[in-house]
Amino acid sequence: MNIVVLVKQVPDSGAERELRSDDQTIDRSSANNVLNEMDEYAVEEALKLQEALGGEVTVLTMGPEQAGEAIRKALQMGPDKAVHVLDGALHGSCAVATSKVLAAALRTLNPDLVLAGAESTDGRVQVMPHMIAERLGIAALTGARKLTVDGGTLTVERQTEEGYEVVTAATPAIVSVWDTINEPRYPSLKGIMAAKKKPVQTLSLADLGISPDEVGFAGSTSTVVESTKRPPRQAGTKVTDSGDGGVQLVEFLATERFV
Amino acid sequence: MQLTEELEALRASVRDFAREVVAPVIAGHYEQHTFPYEIVRQMGKMGLFGLPFPEEYGGMGGDYLALGVALEELARVDSSVAITLEAAVSLGAMPIYRYGTAEQKQRWLPALVSGEALAGFGLTEPGFGSDAGGTQTRAVLDGDEWVINGSKAFITNSGTDITSLVTVTALTGPDEISAIVVPSGTPGFEVGPGYSKVGWCASDTHPLHLDDVRVPAANLLGQRGRGFAQFLHTLDEGRIAIAALATGLAQGCVDESVAYAKERRAFGRAIGDFQAISFKLADMRTRAHTARLAWHDAAARLVAGQDFKQYAAMAKLHASEIAVTNAREATQIHGGYGFMNEYPVARFWRDAKVLEIGEGTSEIQRMVIARDMGL
Ligand SMILES: Cc1cc2nc3c(=O)[nH]c(=O)nc-3n(C[C@H](O)[C@H](O)[C@H](O)COP(=O)(O)OP(=O)(O)OC[C@H]3O[C@@H](n4cnc5c(N)ncnc54)[C@H](O)[C@@H]3O)c2cc1C
Repeated sequence: MNIVVLVKQVPDSGAERELRSDDQTIDRSSANNVLNEMDEYAVEEALKLQEALGGEVTVLTMGPEQAGEAIRKALQMGPDKAVHVLDGALHGSCAVATSKVLAAALRTLNPDLVLAGAESTDGRVQVMPHMIAERLGIAALTGARKLTVDGGTLTVERQTEEGYEVVTAATPAIVSVWDTINEPRYPSLKGIMAAKKKPVQTLSLADLGISPDEVGFAGSTSTVVESTKRPPRQAGTKVTDSGDGGVQLVEFLATERFV
Repeated sequence: MQLTEELEALRASVRDFAREVVAPVIAGHYEQHTFPYEIVRQMGKMGLFGLPFPEEYGGMGGDYLALGVALEELARVDSSVAITLEAAVSLGAMPIYRYGTAEQKQRWLPALVSGEALAGFGLTEPGFGSDAGGTQTRAVLDGDEWVINGSKAFITNSGTDITSLVTVTALTGPDEISAIVVPSGTPGFEVGPGYSKVGWCASDTHPLHLDDVRVPAANLLGQRGRGFAQFLHTLDEGRIAIAALATGLAQGCVDESVAYAKERRAFGRAIGDFQAISFKLADMRTRAHTARLAWHDAAARLVAGQDFKQYAAMAKLHASEIAVTNAREATQIHGGYGFMNEYPVARFWRDAKVLEIGEGTSEIQRMVIARDMGL
């Protein structure tokens, strides 16, 4: 099975994140950049399928030069090779423009299965797999907590707020996964050493036949006009129990719409 | 000394593992004195037990620098899992790799290297520790079997559900010490109840009794009569690993204390604003750093095939003593909370002391260093 995993470098969600004041894009210089957490689950799922079914696992990213670090981290887990779409004109691309680029890159790789994290911790739009599926004319099975492959049929348990749905599709298809699906491996020394020798192919927009004005700020359908910092966290409400503690707790939960 | 990019990547991988997998559950194991099988399983999966072994046996093809990096990062979070790895690799599997026959290696190493099994190393006896040449345990050849009688004390990894063997040292003749592999479950090989320890509470340590234990003559490890020389070499290497572990504990004290000093307030400001605290932290960091340089240097000498014994002793002596100092200071910085078991620094304080005792006491290290100067 030929599997491509979409990965993305994001600013560490545990650290303070900033937008650049000039163009409202993520300030990658101020943040500690990491491989998007959910993508590790997608890589793990790909490796498990490869162990069971054979084939090849390729990681694909679109991002600036330093996104190469995320590629290396992903390759250390075990995939065979990587493709990095790298082009100065991509800076500022919105999700729609990004999906165009990734779909074009995927066409060159011709995968049976595309795996992706259900969301990235920076944008959190959760729509990339759907947009890519639309562009490629393949099925999107999103938010998986379980994936099984039987010949050319994919079956996914799709996590919902109430429980899960079982959906199936024929390959080729794209599956996005939640962190409930597996336990990603930590890179071993052997994996780390091997990753150094794995091929990373760089593709430019020209290689993909996309013109610079279709992407970046020029080709994006949404623009961030302004942003304000998240307000500092407020002190919590302290419930002192003088007989009515239970009532106070329920009132709090009700006003905050937790119940 | 700068580590290679690959070793830094290994450090990052083990650090993530320690924070995400070890940190959330280790206090519970420590409190209950239970062995963290699930953590050990995952350490095996990521290849930690195979770090300094060749790929031929399922190893990672690394060396003592790689092992030290992993131990340091684990001990930054918890020493029980770090000593479990250290003893399993340095004391358990390494003698089999170094001195074992082809058959012994084929039989025992793959499971040890993958972490599916653990091996112990039984040198210390109730009456002889530093003076390990005083071994009283005896092994007599009876036909094609060794018959072993004696007792061992404080043997790490000797009584877990996945312990496959303990290599014991025994007198096989007058002034003749040999090492013999005793598989777990051999009749007469009795693993006593785990000790109630001050620290390393989630690690496995037992007394062992050998009562007419019979094992095949082929279980002799290395040359007959060379047991003493073999374990001295084993301990020399192991000291580098203990130094790395001690450095990790010392660094963990810095990590916890810096975070605490920035948050904890007294007299209207963060306690880190008091020079009495910030200078303590500066000293703690400096100690951890110098200990790291010392073990890196000893490991680099070992890897390069140079004389390393005296450097390993200096690294072990220094790192273990500064670990005790940092743990004491970390607890002090945490005030009363530092005396509460739920705080990592309390665990660090309890775990630090044994570093000055195990795998050669500080006094023994000083003897090794002094002897190297012709004293
Ligand atoms: C938790 C734990 C795990 C252990 N795991 C193992 C293991 O897996 N395998 C194993 O074989 N052993 C193990 N040990 C044993 C450990 O290596 C010994 O405890 C250590 O070597 C010291 O020996 P001892 O306890 O007999 O002390 P002793 O040798 O009796 O020493 C007592 C004191 O006298 C000092 N001393 C002794 N001789 C001299 C001298 N010539 N000059 C100056 N001072 C001297 C010592 O430094 C020490 O301060 C473990 C111990 C502990 C606590």
